[in-house]
Parts: sequence; C-alpha cells; structure tokens
Amino acid sequence: MTAADHALTRRRPKSERVIETFLFLAAGLSVLTTVGIIFVLAIQAADFFAIVNPIDFLTGTVWSASIEPFRFGVLPLVVSTLMVALIALVVAVPLGLLAAIYLAEYASVRTRNVIKPLLETIAGIPTIVLGFFALNFVTPNLLKPLFGSAIGTYNTLAAGLVVGLLITPLIGSLSEDALRAVPRGLREGSLAMGATRFEMIRRVVFPAGLSGIMASIILALSRAIGETMIVVLAQGTSPKLTFNPLESAQTMTAFIAQISAGDTPQGSIQFKSLFAVALVLFAITLILNVLSNRIVARFRNVY
Amino acid sequence: MTTNPKARVAALGLLIALATTACANGASQSPSGSQPAGASNPASAPASAGAALSGSINIDGSSTVYPITQAVAEEFQKANTGVKVTVAFAGTGGGFKKFCAGETDMNDASRPIKAEDAGEGVACTTNKVEYVQLGIATDALSVVVNKDNDWAKCLTSAQLKKIWDTGSTVAKWSDIDPSFPAEPIKLYGPGADSGTFDYFTEAINGKAKQSRSDYTQSEDDNALVTGVAGDKFALGYFGFAYLEENLDTIKAVEVDGGAGCVAPSKEAVNAGTYKPLARPLFIYPSLKALARPEFAAFVAYYLDNVNTFVDETGYVDAQPAVLDKAKADLAAALK
Repeated sequence: MTAADHALTRRRPKSERVIETFLFLAAGLSVLTTVGIIFVLAIQAADFFAIVNPIDFLTGTVWSASIEPFRFGVLPLVVSTLMVALIALVVAVPLGLLAAIYLAEYASVRTRNVIKPLLETIAGIPTIVLGFFALNFVTPNLLKPLFGSAIGTYNTLAAGLVVGLLITPLIGSLSEDALRAVPRGLREGSLAMGATRFEMIRRVVFPAGLSGIMASIILALSRAIGETMIVVLAQGTSPKLTFNPLESAQTMTAFIAQISAGDTPQGSIQFKSLFAVALVLFAITLILNVLSNRIVARFRNVY
Repeated sequence: MTTNPKARVAALGLLIALATTACANGASQSPSGSQPAGASNPASAPASAGAALSGSINIDGSSTVYPITQAVAEEFQKANTGVKVTVAFAGTGGGFKKFCAGETDMNDASRPIKAEDAGEGVACTTNKVEYVQLGIATDALSVVVNKDNDWAKCLTSAQLKKIWDTGSTVAKWSDIDPSFPAEPIKLYGPGADSGTFDYFTEAINGKAKQSRSDYTQSEDDNALVTGVAGDKFALGYFGFAYLEENLDTIKAVEVDGGAGCVAPSKEAVNAGTYKPLARPLFIYPSLKALARPEFAAFVAYYLDNVNTFVDETGYVDAQPAVLDKAKADLAAALK
C-alpha cells in the first residue's frame, strides 16, 4: 500500500462507510440466520433428547412417531433417504456426465445453445409435478410391467428415479462448466501429442475438471437428500427399515412434511422429534458440504 | 367413473340446478382424486327461503364424514349464495384439536369426542368451546383388498388383530392363513389423527391407537384407495363410502366377528350383523357458532336433509330415533 492509497482510505466520504456497513450487515444477516436456525434446532432437539436417549435415536430400527407405543429410532428414515439419493445418483451421474461431455466437447455452439437451456428447464419443473409424474406414470406404466405385483403403488424406486431426473441437469450443467474451464492449451497439447479426441477427453480434460465434477455431484446429492415433494407423493408414508426399493418407505424430509402438515400440537414429543430429525438432516448435508470443499481442494489443479 | 344410472340422473339434475340458479358457487373445496360424489338432489335444494343469509362457515374433521358434509355444504350454498362453507378433512382427532382451539365452527367425527384427551375435551373446557354432539349416520368401516385378490374373502376379528396389532409379525399373506399366497402383504390404513384409526384399533386390537406402525398411513382416504387399487397384495381399511365409490378397483373383505362372515352393507348394518366394525358418525357444531343465523340454518338444513346425502354417499341412514334426538338436541342448543 502506498502513501497515496493510505491517504485516499482516510479521506473516504462518510457515505461510503455507511454503505460498507450496510453491506457488512447484509452478509452478517445470512450468517446470523444460519446460526439462528442451528440454535433453534439444537434447543428443541435437546428437549427431545432429554426424553429419548440419543443413542437409541441414532441406532433404533423402529420409527413410530404417532402410533403408540412411540418409538424413535431414526435409522428407517435415514436408510430410506439414502436409498432415494443413491438411486437418484445412479441415474443422474452417468446421464449428467455424458451430457456434460457432449455439450462441452462435441456439440456445436448452436446445438449447445439449444440443448443446455432445455436441460436446465427440467430443473425448473415444480417438484410436485415430478412427484405426480412418478406416482401416476413411472410406477404404473414403467415399473409395474417390469416388476409385476412385487412393486407397490408407493415405492422407493420410482421416487429415486424421478429425483434422479431432477438432479441430472444440475450435474450436467455444472460439470459442463467445469469441463469448459479446462484451459485450451491442455487440449491442444494433448491432441498435438497424437491423442484421439476421446483419449484427450478421458486422459486430460476429465481429470483436469474432476474437482468441479465432484463438487457438482455432491451438490446434487445434497439436493436429492433434501428433496421432499417427490418422495411425499411417490414413496408413501410407511416408516419401516427396508433395503428393498420396490417397497414403500419414508424419508426424513417426508416425515417432517407429514408431521408439519398435520395438527401436531406444539410441545408434544412428535413436534420435538421434528427438530431431532431436522438436525440429523442438517448434519448430513453439512458433512457433505465439508466433504465437497475438501475434495475440491484436494483435486484442484491450478493452471 | 360412475356408471350407475341413478348417479347419472343425479348428475343431470346437478347440471340443471347449476344452470338455473346461476349462482357463484365457488366455495366447494374438493381435493384431487375421486371424492365420493354427492350433492346432486335438486329436489332438496330450497333450504331456508327467508331472509338472505351471509357469512362463512369453517368445518374440519373426519375424512369419513367429509363426503356427507361436503355434499350438504354444496347444496346449502346453492340455496344460500351468500354463505361460503369450507370443509376440510384433517381427521377426527386433528379436527377436534382445531375445533377446541376455537378455529372451526363444526367438527366432523367418526367417533365421540374424548373428554379426557388434552387436545380434545380438556382443551374445549379450557378454551370454553361448548358443543352439541349430533348423530347423523352409520358407517360400515370396511376392510378392503385389490379386485384381483381371489383368496382373502373373509377374515375373522382375530386374524385382523393378528395383522394390525402392535408388534405384529405378519409380513406375508401366508402368515395369516397358510392357504394364502406366500407374498408380502402391503398394508394401507389411516394415520393416528383419524377417527377411523381410533375406532378400528379399539374394535379390533382392543385399545384405541394400539397398532403396528410400519404401514402406509394417510389421513386422505383417496391416497389409501390409490394404494390398494394399484397393488394386488394390498390390504387396507377405511370408510364404506370410499369402497362404494371405487368398486371397479377394490373390493371388500367379509368380516367374521364371531357369528359368521358378513360383508359390509347397509342391510348388514341395519340388521346389526356387521360386527364389530359398524360405527356411528357425528357432527359437533359449537354453541358459539350456532348463535350465528347462517350457521344455525346450515346445521338445521344438515339434519333435515342428511338422509338424502347419506344414501348418495353410500353410508347408512341413522336410526330415526338418533336423528330425532339430534334435532331435539339442536333445538335445545339453539334456545
């Protein structure tokens, strides 16, 4: 910093400092909101854990929040959430990545300008519509013929597949950005060494864009875990521990939606259990975000 | 949809009534799916031809009673265009919680109010919400299966208890009866806010709210119908009206309460043989709301015409003595 700069800083007009304060407050507010949410979650959850042993909560395999005898073992909800997310990723990762590679490396500018916005439109479809689609089209018309009577009207598979559809554009679009950010020099170098186009993509561009791709997948995973409306409609409301995707189950988000929409009195154990489940959900997404940051840092190549 | 000729005539009547009254009947709050239709007897339309009533009426409660109240509300609004009636279906218990908090004017109920329950009787006392209980119809709570189910024709109370009781180990149909297929049984039933749930668990499992919990639960009976209709190995239970309205996709199981297998029907309910699942249905208007002329007129209209709508929705008329008592109770409450 030179002396002239210093002088400038000191002579800044008052109005600028007011603006700066405002900007700081704006940034601070979002942090405060987050802290506030954690605070409320923690307090209500603490109430809940005063009644239910946290270890029983985290390791219990029976969830029965509204039917006596009340049992609060969160594993059925967690397993169901992870199943939906896993099925969604199985659909969305290959589809999204292939779309990204096509758009970044093969598509002409004109094709890309048409396809990319179209792809992103899927992400803009209201999820209640997608849920209806899963319940009334995917299950009866696609899955019933395949699995026959083994598959229920409400099932995890249909919900997972459609959530996958929802997050495909997220992975596609973000991965494409990551691939396109790979410097032109790398591509040209690779081609100049005699690599075919596919080899260039596989050996050079893809690894170079890996951090961005991983980040997009983890973001999509968070989105899948937090998705509510599709699972509420298509997966049903039977909180049971099952690894069978053809059966009905209930995710954490669907449970929160069901209890919040009902007439659960404040202060009841069910009401408090909402916060405990929300805390678990929050913890999972937080871990994923931290993981995502780590991965991005670990795989990042600086050019 | 409906192929019943009576229903078609009724629908035509509804059309005519709509065309002639030319009223702004925008208040009917009907959720998606096929609620058992009612509201279609123009003959019973003129409710109170006196001074024009206005205001809004807010009703919640049992999803079992919902089709009746909704049908009454639609006809009442045709005759009284200034009155807006909203009917919701949070379930009997869910509805009582709102009712006793003073949020609604009337609660539909498929079981009597629980005087000692904190959210119901106790809350009503604390919040000084007074009410009168009026019996309006009888339901044959129905146990249903998919129309392709050709094995479960009749189940005993004991078998139902074995399926639904808390800690039940029934996972396959063959666990109920070895002659049934060894296929997973998919269970659909109402959630804990439902009066149907309370009644069924008390009648079958021996104690209200005592039930297994790993089944698909919903306060919306149409979600349950959808579930059973799409699943050959499903079993569910809900009010008779929802069975009657969906006979193309689901069918009833006969219930043996100790005196032989009986299918749910009006005749069986009237003869007193559909045991133990025949149950009375109620409405609970609040006394405070009854002081409002439009609401008093609505409840009076309800009791005068309820049998028409009960017939249409598929439930069973209340015994004449029950309705007479209801009318007398209402008259006393209105004094």
